[in-house]
Amino acid sequence: MAADPASLIDWSLLAFDPPGWGAVLLAGLMNSIKIAIGGYSLGLVLGTGGAFGKLYGGPVTKDLLEVYTTVVRAVPELVLILLLYYAGTDLLNRLAAAAGYGTVDISGLAAGIFVIGVVQGAYATEVMRGAIRAVPPGQIEAARAFGMPPLLILWRVTFPAMLPHALPGLSNLWLIATKDTALLAVVGFSELTLVTRQAAGSTKAYMLFFCAAGALYLALTLVSNLVIRLIELRARRGWVSTR
Amino acid sequence: MPGIGGDAPMTERAEAIAVRNLHKRFGALEVLKGISLTAYEGDVIAIIGGSGSGKSTFLRCINMLEVPSEGSVAIRGEPIAMRGDGHGGLVPSDRRQVERLRSRLGMVFQSFNLWQHMTIIQNVIEAPMQVLGVPRAEAIARAEALLRRVGLFEKRDAYPAFLSGGQQQRAAIARALAIQPHAMLFDEPTSALDPELVGEVLGVIGDLAREKRTMLLVTHEMKFARNVANHIVFLAHGVIEEQGPPDQIFGAPQSERLKKFIRSSH
Repeated sequence: MAADPASLIDWSLLAFDPPGWGAVLLAGLMNSIKIAIGGYSLGLVLGTGGAFGKLYGGPVTKDLLEVYTTVVRAVPELVLILLLYYAGTDLLNRLAAAAGYGTVDISGLAAGIFVIGVVQGAYATEVMRGAIRAVPPGQIEAARAFGMPPLLILWRVTFPAMLPHALPGLSNLWLIATKDTALLAVVGFSELTLVTRQAAGSTKAYMLFFCAAGALYLALTLVSNLVIRLIELRARRGWVSTR
Repeated sequence: MPGIGGDAPMTERAEAIAVRNLHKRFGALEVLKGISLTAYEGDVIAIIGGSGSGKSTFLRCINMLEVPSEGSVAIRGEPIAMRGDGHGGLVPSDRRQVERLRSRLGMVFQSFNLWQHMTIIQNVIEAPMQVLGVPRAEAIARAEALLRRVGLFEKRDAYPAFLSGGQQQRAAIARALAIQPHAMLFDEPTSALDPELVGEVLGVIGDLAREKRTMLLVTHEMKFARNVANHIVFLAHGVIEEQGPPDQIFGAPQSERLKKFIRSSH
């Protein structure tokens, strides 16, 4: 289908049905969101464990976690992704071969979630650690005085009390996670940035497709902000508003 | 020397709290130097003394918020199991026992320590439901009755930060009563309050005392201590300098330190 010479932009290239690329772009966006959600969730789990380990763990735990957060935050994410993806796959294959299995095929999705999760976990550790320390000690002491066991205190008091302090940092991490998915283009995972490049390359409509991708990332951020606002309102329910 | 149960006739009232030879050290600093005290059921014991005398630390040792370095604590005749921590101190050897005993000691803090993310009624039903397993409907009914009693029924759905200090402390007292405690522990309950709010909190505590609830009360309010307690303990430099019924302690103090303390607190 030839482009309309009268129009600067051939909008039909964004159509859902081929030869339009709309469906491909949306599938790429969905993949990006999947990785962001998966990686972010993994990061939250690692960050929560890391924060409690750093605050209450033994000396060995603390040292190991310090190494983790320092190394991961020091090395560029692109390098980490290449390292974990290629070296990680290689290591898994060698292990599988040594154990007598054939080569294992690692799905790009699983690898992406793992990589983003490990990176996010390091930053989340520091965010959560600061938030836990911001909880007034009296809140936890009262829970202890009423005979609550440690895990119940964690769940009923520490978590909800630290959440308002953690949310600004965690919201940032979420937005960073949505954009870090673009880095997985370098390992050939079909997320939004990679499919955009393919679409642009084969149609030469660079401006159109990269702007479209930008708009999709922007939409993701705007929706995220809306959700974050609602969560923040809920978490700060006991606070006297300062606005 | 064990404490005495006040000026009430010495019947066979059960021991609510029995502390023997309690020591507490923070590093080289010894804050408590061997304190023994028994509170019988229905006793209202006021613990007075200058700042740094160790009275708050003593109270916090009873429910193991501070772990004693030496000595023993028994709640209703049940000694809290302790073992050495390997550095010359002690640690509770059975966490569950401590939690179980704590769940029946109602503690009221100087800075209220209401859970900020819960409404007043949620604060009051939290321990009964989560720790004692009271069904929700029953916990709420009991909590509403308690809030009515401390004059906060209309505030039941408010968050603590929106209440005055006096209201927060009254809510904290309702929270402590909700676990149907064997004894109440008050840690300077009016020290963080503006002067005009002290009265409403003392009023509630006074009512509890008149019901013959077992309570230990660390306080700076001398007049109040004299009115509601049946036994006064004067701590100085980590030891019980003098103790006895209020009229004796305030009317005819023996030790020089107590005389000086009473003069200075007027």
